[in-house]
Amino acid sequence: MCLAIPGRIIEMTADLPLAVVEVSGVRRQVNVDLLREDGIGPGDWVLIHVGFAMSKISEDGAQEQMRMLAMLGEDQQAMDEIQGYDFGREP
Amino acid sequence: MQAMRYVDEFRDPKLIRQAAEEIRRLVQPGRHYRIMEVCGGHTHAIYRFGLEGLLPENLELIHGPGCPVCVLPMGRTDDGLALAELPGVVFTAFGDVMRVPGTKGSPLEHKARGAEIRMVYSPLDALKLAQSDPGKHVVFFAIGFETTAPSTALTLLRARQLGVRNFSVFCNHVTIIPAIRAILDSPGMRLDAFVGPGHVSTVIGCRPYEFITEDYGKPLVVSGFEPLDILQSLVMILRQLADGRAEVENQYARVVPWEGNLPALRALDEVFELRPYFEWRGLGFISQSALKLRDAFAEWDSERRFTVPGIRVTDPKAAQCGEVLKGVLKPPQCKLFGRECTPERPVGALMVSSEGACAAYHHYVHRVAAAASPGP
Repeated sequence: MCLAIPGRIIEMTADLPLAVVEVSGVRRQVNVDLLREDGIGPGDWVLIHVGFAMSKISEDGAQEQMRMLAMLGEDQQAMDEIQGYDFGREP
Repeated sequence: MQAMRYVDEFRDPKLIRQAAEEIRRLVQPGRHYRIMEVCGGHTHAIYRFGLEGLLPENLELIHGPGCPVCVLPMGRTDDGLALAELPGVVFTAFGDVMRVPGTKGSPLEHKARGAEIRMVYSPLDALKLAQSDPGKHVVFFAIGFETTAPSTALTLLRARQLGVRNFSVFCNHVTIIPAIRAILDSPGMRLDAFVGPGHVSTVIGCRPYEFITEDYGKPLVVSGFEPLDILQSLVMILRQLADGRAEVENQYARVVPWEGNLPALRALDEVFELRPYFEWRGLGFISQSALKLRDAFAEWDSERRFTVPGIRVTDPKAAQCGEVLKGVLKPPQCKLFGRECTPERPVGALMVSSEGACAAYHHYVHRVAAAASPGP
């Protein structure tokens, strides 16, 4: 429920507040409205929750979080969630 | 000690051992410590990593109310499912909600019986569904603490901006502070300190916890989710107790800003207001403990667009979810645990979510113990 998935921002889209993020090789759009005051951009790492980037984290922090999800047995669930985001795709 | 087998999996087993030793050094013999971890994510991590096995016997971890599907009374699930049965309505919810038992079965079971029910990963997906099918009305069953509520708020702001009128939210968002206060005020509940939630605090920051230190004189340490984070938070708590201090401290500063996330707080304030009261499983009615949509968003409020029955159901008599939620009982002390109530066929919501104390205990302690015993 409170899954926080680490991802790296690949590009900010023209249609703000969306950004393309990559999580373990999978790219999807997420909403970055909550981090607009943090000045985020490509290359930054973020924690994603239900389609929204919630916090900016370090690269080490992102790796830690991925490892943590794997140890909790939630890594597949996290990938299912990322792959399941539909809102950023063309209709 | 059985739990020690996990230690080698940790990123830095040496630091884990040092933290565990420090905890043992800090506890006073003859004193019994009761520390509540508020967040269900912490509960999951504590069982998964067998952290209780690293702690001295006189330090007891009490599992708190921070599991959104666990604290939702069954009547609200029934209310949501009543909406799902209305003609032309598509009911959407997160995966966790899909398995939560209602009186006549879970959303998944209602779906199997023909109701239009879809799982979504984001409220924005529910909004997109409404946009792509204007002939239907999409209800999003919103649930979660302050971690999740901003995403619902931003989705509602987007729905208004785009003028999407066939979309509404059945709001079950709750707020953590009144629940902590209710626990502190409940008779017979003795707690020494709190491990504060990680992700909720990224939104609300650390200040809202100050009443716990100021009014109740108990320490709270906001904690990360790694085993070392949790043990370090316990060290910080025990140092405060040893010094006679009661402060809010932030062990998870690498993710949690002291002031929280201001855009998230502004979105919450713009879209939601506090309900006068809301029912929590196990804790009863708590005043100003949940969110509802402001009048400006009445059009997107399922409870105002439709007639919601307002069902009140008591939990199955034998199930003791409430006692477990308050930390009065440990999961295996419930009469149904592991027999009538299992993760495969949950009777109570604490068995559904990985953040629920019963599911976590069943998965990591009960099964392991069952596999280790020779059996009949």
